[in-house]
Amino acid sequence: MREEEKSIDKASQEILEIAKKEGIDTAWDRYEAMVPQCGFGELGLCCRNCLLGPCRIDPFEEGPQKGVCGATAEIIAARNLIRMIAGGASAHSDHGRDIAHTLLLTAQGKTKSYGVKDEEKLLSLARELGIRTNGRDKKEIAIEVAEKVFSEFGQQHGELQFSHRAPEKRQALWRKLGIVPRGIDREIVEVMHRTTMGVDNDCENLITHGMRTALGDGWGGSMIATELSDVLFGTPKPIRAKVNLGVLKEDEVNLVVHGHEPTLSDVIVTASQDPELIELARKNGAKGINLAGICCTANEILMRHGIPIAGNFLQQELAIATGAVDLMLVDVQCIMPALSSVAKCFHTKLVSTSPKAKFPGTEHIEFKEEEALPIAKKIVRMAVENFKNRVKEKVNIPGEKMDLVGGFTAESVFKFLGGKYRTTYRPLNDAIISGRLRGAAGIVGCNNPKIKHDWGHVEMAKELIKNDVLVVVTGCSAIANAKAGLLKPEAAFQYAGKGLREICEAVGVPPVLHVGSCVDNSRILITLCNVVAEGGLGDDISDLPVAGAAPEWMSEKAVSISFYFVASGVFTVLGNPFPVLGSREVTKLLTKRLEEIVGANFAFESDPIKAAHLMIEHIDRKREALKLKPVMYESKEKVAV
Amino acid sequence: MKTILYIDLDKCLGCKTCELQCAVEHSQSKYLFQAIKEEPLAQARVKVEASGDLAVPLQCRHCEDAPCVKICPTKALEKLGAGEPVVLKEDLCIGCKWCVLVCPFGVLNVNREGKAIIKCDLCLERLEKGEEPACVEACPTKALKLLSPEEVAKLKKKEFLVGFQKDGKIIKG
Repeated sequence: MREEEKSIDKASQEILEIAKKEGIDTAWDRYEAMVPQCGFGELGLCCRNCLLGPCRIDPFEEGPQKGVCGATAEIIAARNLIRMIAGGASAHSDHGRDIAHTLLLTAQGKTKSYGVKDEEKLLSLARELGIRTNGRDKKEIAIEVAEKVFSEFGQQHGELQFSHRAPEKRQALWRKLGIVPRGIDREIVEVMHRTTMGVDNDCENLITHGMRTALGDGWGGSMIATELSDVLFGTPKPIRAKVNLGVLKEDEVNLVVHGHEPTLSDVIVTASQDPELIELARKNGAKGINLAGICCTANEILMRHGIPIAGNFLQQELAIATGAVDLMLVDVQCIMPALSSVAKCFHTKLVSTSPKAKFPGTEHIEFKEEEALPIAKKIVRMAVENFKNRVKEKVNIPGEKMDLVGGFTAESVFKFLGGKYRTTYRPLNDAIISGRLRGAAGIVGCNNPKIKHDWGHVEMAKELIKNDVLVVVTGCSAIANAKAGLLKPEAAFQYAGKGLREICEAVGVPPVLHVGSCVDNSRILITLCNVVAEGGLGDDISDLPVAGAAPEWMSEKAVSISFYFVASGVFTVLGNPFPVLGSREVTKLLTKRLEEIVGANFAFESDPIKAAHLMIEHIDRKREALKLKPVMYESKEKVAV
Repeated sequence: MKTILYIDLDKCLGCKTCELQCAVEHSQSKYLFQAIKEEPLAQARVKVEASGDLAVPLQCRHCEDAPCVKICPTKALEKLGAGEPVVLKEDLCIGCKWCVLVCPFGVLNVNREGKAIIKCDLCLERLEKGEEPACVEACPTKALKLLSPEEVAKLKKKEFLVGFQKDGKIIKG
């Protein structure tokens, strides 16, 4: 694979060239060495759930068609898929649990490193959770909110509190199907039970429980993570920042945070601004301390502090390969084990911090919320002291960096659409009803060397906004689109269709809106609820002219996310198919029959332009069903495709 | 020409990836996700057989003096030349199965429709493009290799010498 075939991003191409020269292995090299990947695994036909096996089904029907226990392709593929959901839902939910823990410690006064930054949100959450707020101390309320939220994880019966935010009709459907999540952890455990040897053998029954588990993520763990992060660290507001490897600085200490949870990255922001440490940096010959981020922990501190982003998932190794990173700090999720070997080629110190995630050959400084700020300062100090070890000849910082506006939320952005003085969703709904906007779409998820880096995200976003579809992005998709310049308000002039351009111009927002990290996909759910509640676009999420996509997904978290969107009624296109194609029945269930069951289904399409048109066609069908006016500025190009 | 499909028995884990990729290579689309939906389904020309604790991928050995070529009454089987593969012209095959009977290794078989035989073609199309056979390329442990007789001879010599040194205890250092 040539460097320009690996990524559309110039900065990444540049560092990939250097990595090649220096003989540094990257994910792309390792992927090439792995091809062809195991076909049984790709098709979901390998079962390792008990020691009768491992078993695999021959998709060409010459070899075994049943595992030793008798499990068919249908059973094996469905079991494997919902175990992926369990993995993804666990990751988001454990993240949410950690944030709840931090809120509790903060309210109990056991840590001084955090505070309640959004009191209004704390109070409104308290009211929603049935906690008395009148005349009570803020700390008392926060303790009760944290405890109530904690109980949602281990709840054995009833319904998750935030599931009641969904439109009435959706809740009724979930109840009818028996998929309202009871407790976040409970549904995950039940996945493991159902998929262990000799339990659930009906692929539809398995997938149905998979949806329940995923809903426990979207309307549970992830939503808790988002809401409580807003309480602790502040609800984001539109903010300007910069993105791409070019944000690293030659004359400053570069500290890169990588991972997911804001509990650590947010205090690192504070620590990196400590005058004493900045002075120490100067003494060490640096002009200052430059903090940058990778993956979702980057999105968290971008949204709230405007901290620059160095790159997305596939750029984690490349950031180190610039030779300019003095310290990379990691917590949990999406951190490649390969980082320790790349770091060894440079002066970069790699520091792991979570008791849940250790890396052999890497310094481990355990993070504790109780001593968050002192620990953060210690790590920043390490970065500062490592600056002098930087080898000048090995430093290659690409010139690429791009401006962006981020920090949009369900509370802020859509209310802006009508201007500052009309804070309702009415203008957004009206824009869709009048046909100025065709609809809206969410592009989320990871990078994957199977698809040219960023190409899937960026081409899809361009095609959608060209067709007057407002796009919201999270996670690594947000970073990809930011690097391509689509998160600048000016992008509307260059790329958006006339209707969307008019709105962006009037309100001053970009045509692609950054709504946060991967747990912040819950912001999209809330936005959809608000649009339904505003009225005029049907009475369920599945009525809305909206669609979702994960064009470059790789993580189990993306499986869980896409499942909670589909189970909430949002048609979702995936770049790479789920590993289920070995089962015709499961494939048909996911790509066709789910629409009859939950009002939305999946589609698999690796070409981002074709995928965008699947979304547009879906949006048009929904517009037709709602008997909306034709799209105001239907482009001829769209018809031609 | 390299015509020996070399099998390192210590390395074969019996994963059957060679079988799967062989079928994909001989499908119409040559693309896994499409191939499993084709009619008729493609078939693998290699089969992993168990022999005690060992797993052994078996396919046509492309014999120099091939009994199957000799016995084929319609010249459907042809040796393309010394050191070259034995290939099948499927339209000439009458399905008499003599070749199946005379193959000393049992690696020939009738195809799914039962009307002609099916055998390894050493991925001639791929070889012409300078690529390795699909099974060789796919093998995750590199248990399968396509080597020339000279290369195999050299490997065997090395193996022999290592054993010789060990048993004769003349290893230095």
